[in-house]
Amino acid sequence: MSVDLEKILRPVETPLPEFPPKFMTLSNGQEMVVRQVDRDEIPDILPFVEPLMHVERDFYHIVAARVYAELLSYYTHRVQDEYVFIAQVAGEIAAIVNGRIVNADIGMSYHTLSLRRGLRVGAHAFAAKMEYHIDILKQKEVLIVAESPIGFRRWMIEYNLEKRFHIAHELGGCPSWSLTRDLFDKARNTLVVGRRPVPEHLLTKAKVGILSPSDPPKPPADLLAATRSMLDNTGTSLIDMKRKLGGN
Amino acid sequence: MREVYVAGIGITSFTRLEYPLVEIAAYPGLMALRDSGLKKIDHLYVANMGGGRINGQTGLASAVVDHLSLTPAGAATIENGPASGASAIKEGYMAVASGMHDVVMVIGAERMREVNQLEATDFVATLTHPLAEYIYGITLPSLAGMFTRLYMEKYGVTSRHLAMVAVKNHHNAMDNFFAHLHEDITIEGILDSPEASTNNPFVAEPLRFYDVCPVSDGGACLILATSEVMKKINKPMIRLAGIGQATDTHAIHERKDPTELLAVREAARQSFVMAGVKPENVDVAELHDAFTILEIAESEEVGFFKKGEGHIALEKGDTKIGGKIPINPSGGLKAKGHPVGATGVGQAHEIVLQLRGEAEKRQVKNARIGFTCNFGGFGNNVVCLTFIKEK
Repeated sequence: MSVDLEKILRPVETPLPEFPPKFMTLSNGQEMVVRQVDRDEIPDILPFVEPLMHVERDFYHIVAARVYAELLSYYTHRVQDEYVFIAQVAGEIAAIVNGRIVNADIGMSYHTLSLRRGLRVGAHAFAAKMEYHIDILKQKEVLIVAESPIGFRRWMIEYNLEKRFHIAHELGGCPSWSLTRDLFDKARNTLVVGRRPVPEHLLTKAKVGILSPSDPPKPPADLLAATRSMLDNTGTSLIDMKRKLGGN
Repeated sequence: MREVYVAGIGITSFTRLEYPLVEIAAYPGLMALRDSGLKKIDHLYVANMGGGRINGQTGLASAVVDHLSLTPAGAATIENGPASGASAIKEGYMAVASGMHDVVMVIGAERMREVNQLEATDFVATLTHPLAEYIYGITLPSLAGMFTRLYMEKYGVTSRHLAMVAVKNHHNAMDNFFAHLHEDITIEGILDSPEASTNNPFVAEPLRFYDVCPVSDGGACLILATSEVMKKINKPMIRLAGIGQATDTHAIHERKDPTELLAVREAARQSFVMAGVKPENVDVAELHDAFTILEIAESEEVGFFKKGEGHIALEKGDTKIGGKIPINPSGGLKAKGHPVGATGVGQAHEIVLQLRGEAEKRQVKNARIGFTCNFGGFGNNVVCLTFIKEK
């Protein structure tokens, strides 16, 4: 008797309503589209995530590594009820947000990865994700953690999240925070923005192809290297040089 | 008194710099040495406001002079709030002009982002009156918010005028590699679109997010020298021709009219008189726009425009590059950034670049006379500098 192991490994998916795309104007006047992506589009996104694993700044490396794994898991059906949205500006990918549905009442926010820094790109994309859980899936709360201080400021402080420290979040088992329906309603008029329907030309531009970010996050430049190498009498340059050469 | 010239300049990016304060200070010093071709100095002044409080680094000048291998030159740290930078330049000027020293290095440096923004805001607020302001939770943004409200009521300045300052300075910063913010914002994005109030929320009403400067790390340096030294190096003759410094009441409520920035007015007057020029002779200026309203108010107080007409000149485009008097071509504090103790030196750095004709895409054509206004406290200690390019 043959066994289809793939059927055992692959979780049975719960049919989920689609997130209706929306758009908003950024501070620089550009219009950003936030839309849900299908599995088929994941291979187009992964190459933009991989380089960020090497950006040791603001925890990009950790977030990118985890997002990469989550996208791959979604693509290969190794995660239960995940969804992925992307934000695009003139077709360029600007942010990736994803999460998972735990049950009818509880959502699990995974990540918000900004590939275009500033302009509240990540904040707008995160708000769309919360809108999906609360308004479209009608869930009671979303469990959230932050890897970076920027994330903590954006989510925990701006939304005034409630503590659910007795619940280990799926991201590393860290103590969870919660966005409840009440908190979302309070934030609705200030933090949650966007218009529907998305004009046809914007949506078409977004769907025709996911373009690479023109100014992705980069490792911090060693702006002070000159000081270290030229006139360093403290030995810092020597240590730094050895580190770069792979020594101890 | 001897004439004093700028022999060399250097700067770091104004951004978040993940290096010790000493290195942030040393880097522009090294660049200025390279720029000037000089190998040694007689004295070092380092302007810094928060080293002792937020970086655990006191005696900064002593650390920097050794870090640059410039011992046994004299060294002293100058702390004068956000006007520390221009105050240090003033000290450097006096040392050279008096004949005490021939070559003086002036560095401004700050590392504010070692702490979070709440702590940074609180640290800057310690310059307010301890009993009349600070203990009641006053911060610089809140003072600026009240100032802006008064200014709007008295002179008809609107949120749109403030946004125009932000848009102009952000646009200028796009051409400044060293600027903190490289975002070419628009009025649509920060004021008119349905999402504008989220993109640009109130910080201290009526001031919004884009009306307030970022919290920056950074350093800048000027090397000041005599005409004899200048003859030995092949650099443009940029003379520090005028310096003015004035003060006002510590507590703002003690001022007869808080919308009158008397220290700015007096410091600018002194600087122009000393330089032998008038405000209308100035080709390019860097004004202390920690808040957008300050660019408008200072442009009036220093004499570029009549009181209450700065926003009208802004509307006409007079303050853009290519306008009647370009203000903040570097992006200003608003977009270039505001590492408090370094800011005054950073402003002077930009003016020297402009007068040398080395400001590339943001170059003001044929700039010969440049001016800076470094605004300490909330206008209680102001230093203005006038630079002239000699033929």
